[in-house]
Amino acid sequence: MTMDQRSYQLQYFAMLKEWAGVDKEEMSSSATTPRELYKELRDKRNFPLSDTELRVAINGDFTDFDHNLAEGDQIAFIPPVSGG
Amino acid sequence: MFLLTEQPIQPPLLKQSLLHHDCGGFASFEGWVRDWNEGRRVQSLLYESFEELALKEGEKVIEEARKRFPIRDVKAVHRTGHLELGEITIWIGVASRHREEAFMACRYAIDAIKARLPIWKKEFYLNGETAWVGCSHCSKLKQKNEATCTQ
Repeated sequence: MTMDQRSYQLQYFAMLKEWAGVDKEEMSSSATTPRELYKELRDKRNFPLSDTELRVAINGDFTDFDHNLAEGDQIAFIPPVSGG
Repeated sequence: MFLLTEQPIQPPLLKQSLLHHDCGGFASFEGWVRDWNEGRRVQSLLYESFEELALKEGEKVIEEARKRFPIRDVKAVHRTGHLELGEITIWIGVASRHREEAFMACRYAIDAIKARLPIWKKEFYLNGETAWVGCSHCSKLKQKNEATCTQ
């Protein structure tokens, strides 16, 4: 069985940016949801945060972890916030 | 109106922009850089934002405050970048006909902004360490001597 690979643009902020060592990267993946993509990313980069501790934004809007991803989507996993 | 700024926040100018003659009350909230947090001596802070999304979410909070409370005007500004002790981290001002709704809208706005906006605070301590606030994994990682939030 062949899995379609899609290209995603990842943006990193705060602690995720420091752990990744970059503020953005392109990632090719067969993941179709943010949940699947984050699992793959976590395995690859050893991020200590689980998806239950994050929010996710696609193309500049908050969405949910079961959202269907499209080719070229800009994805940001949002670590726990601390503004104010 | 919700804004992010890298420049020092100037309350008198912001307050001036909320001065409406049909209002009898004004309430504001300022967040300040404090010299300690959870037992550690803080020297300065860094605020980082996901600007595009923080601006959208900030405007949503402002609109919610307007809908929930019968206020005349509301404005909020959040600092980003490096801040020294005593600097203003956030300013919220609300003008209304009567005091009650000004207090309530101000409280609503600061609570919602803190909880929802993609903005992160990194503390720089007197002993040279640093940490992202609210990052419970930083200390765990530090113990394991892996990549940490501290530099």
